[in-house]
Order: sequence, then structure tokens, then C-alpha cells
Amino acid sequence: MTAYIIRRIFIGLIILLLVTMLVFLFVRLLPGDPLMVFMGNYSPSSTINTMTAAEHDALMHKYGLDRPIWIQYGDWLNQVLHGNLGKSLRIGQPISELIGERIGRTAYIGVIIFFITTFGGILAGVYCALRRGTWIDNTITTIANIGMTVPVFWFGVLLIYVFGYKLGWLPFFGWRDPWEDFGYSCLYLIMPVASVALGGIAGMARLVRSCMLEVMRTDYVRTAWAKGLSERVIVVRHQLKNAMIPVVTALGGTLGMILGGSIFIENVFSIPGMGRLMTAAIFDYDYQIVQASALIFGGIIIFSNLIVDIAWGWLDPRIRLA
Amino acid sequence: MAKKTVNTAPSQDAMGVAVAPPKHSEWRRFARIFFGRKLYLIGFIIVVILILTAIFAPLIARYDPVTNDLPNKLQGPSTEHWLGTDQLGRDIYSRIVWGTQISMEIGFAAVFSSALVGILMGLAAAYFGGIVFAIIMRITDALMALPGIILVLLIAGLGGRGIGVVIFALAFGNIAGMARMMCGQALSVKQNDYVMAARSIGMSNWRIMWAQIFPNAFPPLIVGLTMGIGGVVLGEAGLSYLGIGVPAPAPSWGGMVMDGQGYLLQNPIISLAPGVAIMLLVFGFNMVGDGIRDAIDPRLRGVL
Repeated sequence: MTAYIIRRIFIGLIILLLVTMLVFLFVRLLPGDPLMVFMGNYSPSSTINTMTAAEHDALMHKYGLDRPIWIQYGDWLNQVLHGNLGKSLRIGQPISELIGERIGRTAYIGVIIFFITTFGGILAGVYCALRRGTWIDNTITTIANIGMTVPVFWFGVLLIYVFGYKLGWLPFFGWRDPWEDFGYSCLYLIMPVASVALGGIAGMARLVRSCMLEVMRTDYVRTAWAKGLSERVIVVRHQLKNAMIPVVTALGGTLGMILGGSIFIENVFSIPGMGRLMTAAIFDYDYQIVQASALIFGGIIIFSNLIVDIAWGWLDPRIRLA
Repeated sequence: MAKKTVNTAPSQDAMGVAVAPPKHSEWRRFARIFFGRKLYLIGFIIVVILILTAIFAPLIARYDPVTNDLPNKLQGPSTEHWLGTDQLGRDIYSRIVWGTQISMEIGFAAVFSSALVGILMGLAAAYFGGIVFAIIMRITDALMALPGIILVLLIAGLGGRGIGVVIFALAFGNIAGMARMMCGQALSVKQNDYVMAARSIGMSNWRIMWAQIFPNAFPPLIVGLTMGIGGVVLGEAGLSYLGIGVPAPAPSWGGMVMDGQGYLLQNPIISLAPGVAIMLLVFGFNMVGDGIRDAIDPRLRGVL
């Protein structure tokens, strides 16, 4: 098991290194001038220049942007390894500060959505599998099929319309930090969480249901019934535990979906989190922030996939030897 | 459902290759399962209608999708404007119809191009194994470590504005998944004896890959490709909602949701109607994908 974990960590680190390269290359090689920050919003077709070519070159030199890209990459990587994410060109604030202020909110919302999605999806999926073919199963399956197709941002707008404007129960948009006023902050939390959780629960329920049905047809479950074990023991010990293996693998994907969803809900509901920081930085062409936030998103996913892999090896001993 | 099937005519299999007259037509078995479930049939009909809408958009739309008509802005549904008008007086129904064309174009173009690259990568990884496999898999790992939408957002956001950039970004976001899927399929096909036979008679690597492995590994991929279109359309809508997708004033469904968000009180249809269109499209393609999967993979039939 230790060798397995070490190997996984090693692979994770290699992937993380590849991610830093990808992100860096994307940001640098795509058309667009990083110094646009000083000339207003980025617009590739703009012919209006507010500085001379000499001033431009001087700035390029000042920020080291005229050096070969591999040297720039090496410098950046070195900086990042020392915990320094650089400074925002536009705002002039250290990026670690900017991210530090926001990542807590994104993580807070993300963790809540993660738990709701996982438990809601597993409950619904197991229930449907056990009551396969009944009207409840059909209803939930149909809702799940539709729920998977709902765009996060559109559902957010729909919720704003129904619960904000029509019913007036919830604030239209905005954010209160839970550590300031917990009760009040929950009101601001409901719609963003619901927007992402709908699709998440739908996908999870479908997956759990099909995994359960697969397991229910296996010989060892039939044997368990034949032995006269109680339904509870069979469902929990034989079916659920084995059905969970593919579900655990899917958790990494769920987290990716939640992080992706956070970009949308933070924009729909004006929540000052990581997703909004990143989209704003893309609009402003603040490439330092874009690099740093993409790196953090990638790092979170790689770390969680590592946990999933380890959990997987623990659940299914065959994996460790593969 | 049980029909008398007396089929003696020569027929074609799913790949369009003529096969000797079988006792039970493979194609007919496929159709029986595919059209046998109501949900799949509904999905199929939705997809056909949307494709026709995209092709015949100029005939179906009643107004120009981008011409402003400020005196008639923010109207409710009427016989003139079936879904009302938006904040610039443009007919929402016509914009949704034209938006179908844009979504379909982007969906098909992005899935097709990502499939091309992904299939090549997946085949190469599976066939050559070893170091090629390791490199390609680590690249896909890295691509997949960034949540799909973030990768797409990076490329579309920094690559400039335009439909071409959107297609490129969405295609790029899809490549890793395609390569993985292809690799998985090709690895299992590679185990077959006929591949070894082909090698023993001295067939070139290239021909074994394309003539032996690819045709046998491809059918399950059709499911991924079909569902991929729905995913790409969702991604495009998301980009356009954030304002880095299809540039205004072109009618894109995601952009329309964003446009209408500021006018929810005056006319909620601006935002809500295009979302329904997105859902219909994604639902349709998902169901068609499910149907194909059930029909080509007997193992999964009736489980989902």
C-alpha cells in the first residue's frame, strides 16, 4: 500500500508540473498583449494605442516579457515553488493576497455542494435501484435525465426570477461571509448551492443507480440472499460497498464539475470568489492572476484525484498491484 | 413490439459496409432497440427537429435576428412576436431559431475536430504502448486536471473573440476525453487474434491501426461523440453567458440568457426561453447517445 501511495504521489507531481506548463503556454502563446492591462480592456482588434513603441518595449523589458518563454517559465515556476504567486499587473496587489481573500468563499460553497451532491445522489440512486420500475423510480430517473441537461447559469437566473423577484423570499444576488453573520449568510447561499447541486445530484443519482443495478445481478448477491441474510445487510454490506467503487472514481469528476460550476454561479450571483477573480482577470488580461488561479484549480483537482486513487486502492486491493 | 421479420435482402451494417445477407439484420435489431423506448424516440425526434431548424433557419425565423427595433422593445408574447421581444426590440423566437444554427455549427465542428485529434492520440497510445502510451496518457491527465470549463475559458478568453476561437477552445477541451475513450476501446480490440494475424502477415502498423483496430473500436465511440455534442453546446452557452463566447450581436443562446438577466422583471422570457432550447438540445443528444449505447452494447441493455 505504501509503495502504491508513493507511486500515486509521484504521478500526481508529474501531472502538476505538466499543468503548470500547459497553463503557462496557453497564457503566453495565445494572441493578446499582456501589457494591454495598461491600455484598458483587452481587445484584439483595437488599433488605439496609448503608448509609443518605445514605452511598450521598456515595459516589456521591465516585466521580463521580452525574454525567451522557457526562461520566463523557469522563473515563474521557481517563484511559485517559493510560494510567491507574483503580483497583479492591474491591481498591483500580491496575488496570494487576492486569492487568500477569495478562496475561502469558493471552498465553503464547494464543500457544501459536494456533500449535498454526494449524499443526495447516493440516496436517490440507491432508492431508485431498490425500487426499480416503480413510479418513484421513473419520476426520479426522468428528473435526473432532465437535471443533467440544465445549464448551471440558466438555472441560477431562473431561481433569481422565481425566488427573488416573484416570491421575494431570497436576495437576488450578492454575498455575506458566514463568519460575519451566519444566519443571514445562509440566505445568500441557498440559490448558488441549488444551481450547481441540481446537475450534480442528477448525474450522481444516475451513476449510483446503474452501479447498484449492476451489482444486484451478481452471483455473490444472489448467494447472500440464498444464505438468508437480512435485506439490510445485503444492501449495505454487499451491494452498496461494491457499487461504491466506480462512484468513488467519479468523485474527482464531481469536484471538477463543482469548481467549473463555481465560475458560473459566482458570476450569476456576484459572489467575490476565485471563479469571479479568474473571469475578471481574463477580461482584463491580467495574465499573472489567470496563471495563478488556473494553477490552483488544477492543483485542487490533482490533489483530490490523489485522494480518490488512494481511497480506491483501499476499497479494491486489486488496484494496488496494477 | 414483436414484428414478423422476414428479411432476405442484402443489407448494411452500422459502418455502412455491405455484409452478406444475415438471418437477422443487424441494422434492424439496432432500430428495434433504439426506437423501442419512448425516451430515445423522443430524443431522436428532438434532434431531427433541431437539425432541420438549424438548416432552414432563414425560412423558419420570422424576423432578422440582429436588427434592432427599439420602439417595440421588451414586449410580451403576441401574434406578431411569438415569444416577445428583447431589450433592443429583436424578436426572441427568431433569435432562438438562428441560435440553433450557431449552436449546431459549433457543436458539430468542435466534436468533429476533437474526435479527429483524440482518435489519433488514443489509437497511437493503445497501439504502440510503452513510452508513447505513457506520454499521451500523462498529457491527457494534465488536460483533464483542469476542470473542462476552465481550460476552455482560458483558451477562449485569451485567444480573442470569434466563433473560430470558441470552436477551437471547446474542441481542445474535448480532446483528452476522446483520446482516453479511443485508447480504452483500442486496447481491448488489440487483444484480438485477428490483429496478431494481421501483424504476422506483415501488415504495416498504419494499416493495422486503421483497417483492423479502428473500425472495431469505433462503434462505442459514437455514443461519446453524440453526447459530446450536447456537452459542447452547453460549454458554448456557458462561454457566451460569461461574454467570451460568440460575439454580440449574433444570437447565441448563452448570450441571450445574459442579455435578459437585467430585464427579468420586464420580460423574463428573454432569459428563460433560450435555456429551454439548450436543455432540449442537450436532452435530445443525450437520449440518442443512450439509445445507441443500448443498441450496440448488449451488456448494458435494459440496465439504464
